[in-house]
Amino acid sequence: MTLVEKILSAHTGKKEVKAGEFLNVKVDMVMASDLTAHIAADQFEKMGAKKPFDSQKVIFVMDHFFPNKDVAAAEQIKRLREFSKKYGILFVEAVDGGIEHVYLPEKGLVLPGDVVVGADSHTCTYGALGAFATGMGSTDIAVAMVTGEIWMKVPQTIKFNYSGKLPTWVTGKDLILYTIGRITVDGALYMAMEFTGEAIKGLSMEGRFTMANMSVEAGAKTGIVAVDEKTKAYIEGRSTRPYNVYTTDSEADYAAIVDYDVSRLEPQVALPHSPDNVCGISEVSNIRVDQVVIGSCTNGRLEDFEYAARVLRNKKVHPDVRCIVIPGSQEVYLAALRAGFIEVFISAGAIVGPPTCGPCVGGHIGILAAGERCASTTNRNFIGRMGSPRSEIYLVNPAVAAASAITGRLTNPEEVVK
Amino acid sequence: MIRGKVHKFGKNIDTDAIIASKYANFSDPLELGKHCMENIDPDFGKRVEKGDIIVATTNFGCGSSREIAPMTIKGAGISAVVAKSFARIFFRNAINTGLPLLECAEAVEMSEQGDVLEIDLSMGTIRNVTKNLVFSAVPYPEFITELIEAGGLVEYVMKKMEEDNKKSK
Ligand code: SF4
Repeated sequence: MTLVEKILSAHTGKKEVKAGEFLNVKVDMVMASDLTAHIAADQFEKMGAKKPFDSQKVIFVMDHFFPNKDVAAAEQIKRLREFSKKYGILFVEAVDGGIEHVYLPEKGLVLPGDVVVGADSHTCTYGALGAFATGMGSTDIAVAMVTGEIWMKVPQTIKFNYSGKLPTWVTGKDLILYTIGRITVDGALYMAMEFTGEAIKGLSMEGRFTMANMSVEAGAKTGIVAVDEKTKAYIEGRSTRPYNVYTTDSEADYAAIVDYDVSRLEPQVALPHSPDNVCGISEVSNIRVDQVVIGSCTNGRLEDFEYAARVLRNKKVHPDVRCIVIPGSQEVYLAALRAGFIEVFISAGAIVGPPTCGPCVGGHIGILAAGERCASTTNRNFIGRMGSPRSEIYLVNPAVAAASAITGRLTNPEEVVK
Repeated sequence: MIRGKVHKFGKNIDTDAIIASKYANFSDPLELGKHCMENIDPDFGKRVEKGDIIVATTNFGCGSSREIAPMTIKGAGISAVVAKSFARIFFRNAINTGLPLLECAEAVEMSEQGDVLEIDLSMGTIRNVTKNLVFSAVPYPEFITELIEAGGLVEYVMKKMEEDNKKSK
């Protein structure tokens, strides 16, 4: 069996499961956000549920339009706060909060071998921990909240093997952009992507979260990385709950095995308006930007800000650019503050916002006007995602974003850091 | 029987195209429907007539998990979506919100903007009335048919909970 099949079989009580089978799977954590929880709450009440299947395993994280961007968001979040209190659901708002996909792993709420479902498409992020995690809609999530189970079809797995050591300034973001550029936005439709190889071994947990996060941009049900010493070190101190480590059998059936030699990869850019419209940074010339966003559930973790700070240290943001830095959580914010990164950003002329999804989803804090361009570390550059349908988004890694903030055009960090 | 005019779209129609996130706080399908496809086709909401059908190529509904995406399409008056393939979260959401989806590459190839289609959901057939052609959609897996017959996932689960309750009494 593949890693994914093993996790799913352990959650159904069946000895063996196969890709293509429909199963009822037990879940270890159920999540929804301020954007999706209200419909889940409606359905929960419609079903006449008295309480969630396990109040420690259902969590609502306020992050998309948080801090309340308008009256509608305020009303929604207020209702969810009251709903959570009434039914004893974990509720995360300002105190020690953050973007759901940054928050859950850092608080030890997802562990290897878990099955997690969330009413957010980027729930697949937790696959970086060797868990099976996938996004669904609010109604599916409501059912999981009530019953602790959800139906799913066991996905096939494509194995991606990255050989070689990554060059400087080339990150997990570049690996996943490169991959999506190759296989396109439906290249892994309904499947799981398993990331392996020397380059993945060398990657930080942050880089792995970034990769798993964007697997959905290739249509995948989830992205997953097998547990190793780095995973275990990450969990250390975050949770004491026991967990299960699974690995793919040597004779497992993959839908495909794809090999990439990434030892000479350069930073990648996804041009408007699709995450698979990818090229190397050297192939774009003189694309001016009006805004730079560094943050989100894709690249809003400590290492991302370390990359950005290395580029921005003792430099100035271009006078025509709004550079917006948004830590992915309060924990990341504090760590970045202590490491001196926040001071680097502010001294350079960047603005630092509170942990939120904000501009990533066109919610608030950095909406684009018609004709404006943004270099962004987020995961989607769909038409109108960040504001006007006539604006443009270029997806890049945090170092490229920072370098572009300095020059005012898409820039390889090599150019500004000697 | 579903009958309506074709509105044809290409590949990878994403959820931000179907309904921009700034409307994510709306919950009235009719209000949502007015903004359907706004980012890529600002007049779409005005052009659609009740019963019309969206025909698209691959990966329809990719992107976010927002359940308001199929709700918006229904709210706009669209009666079904025919595509070569659907994104998986969108597929689940459509089943759960009662928007009929049909997977049929030939019907997509052979249908043009403005053609009239007739769809028989129980048979899974799509008839292009304008061109006088009939196609069969890929049948749903048995489990999905069961869900649809129960009236959706919530209804299915409620029924099961009721049965379990009776058994335990
Ligand atoms: S940061 Fe962006 S992609 Fe991530 S959960 Fe928030 S809106 Fe979604």
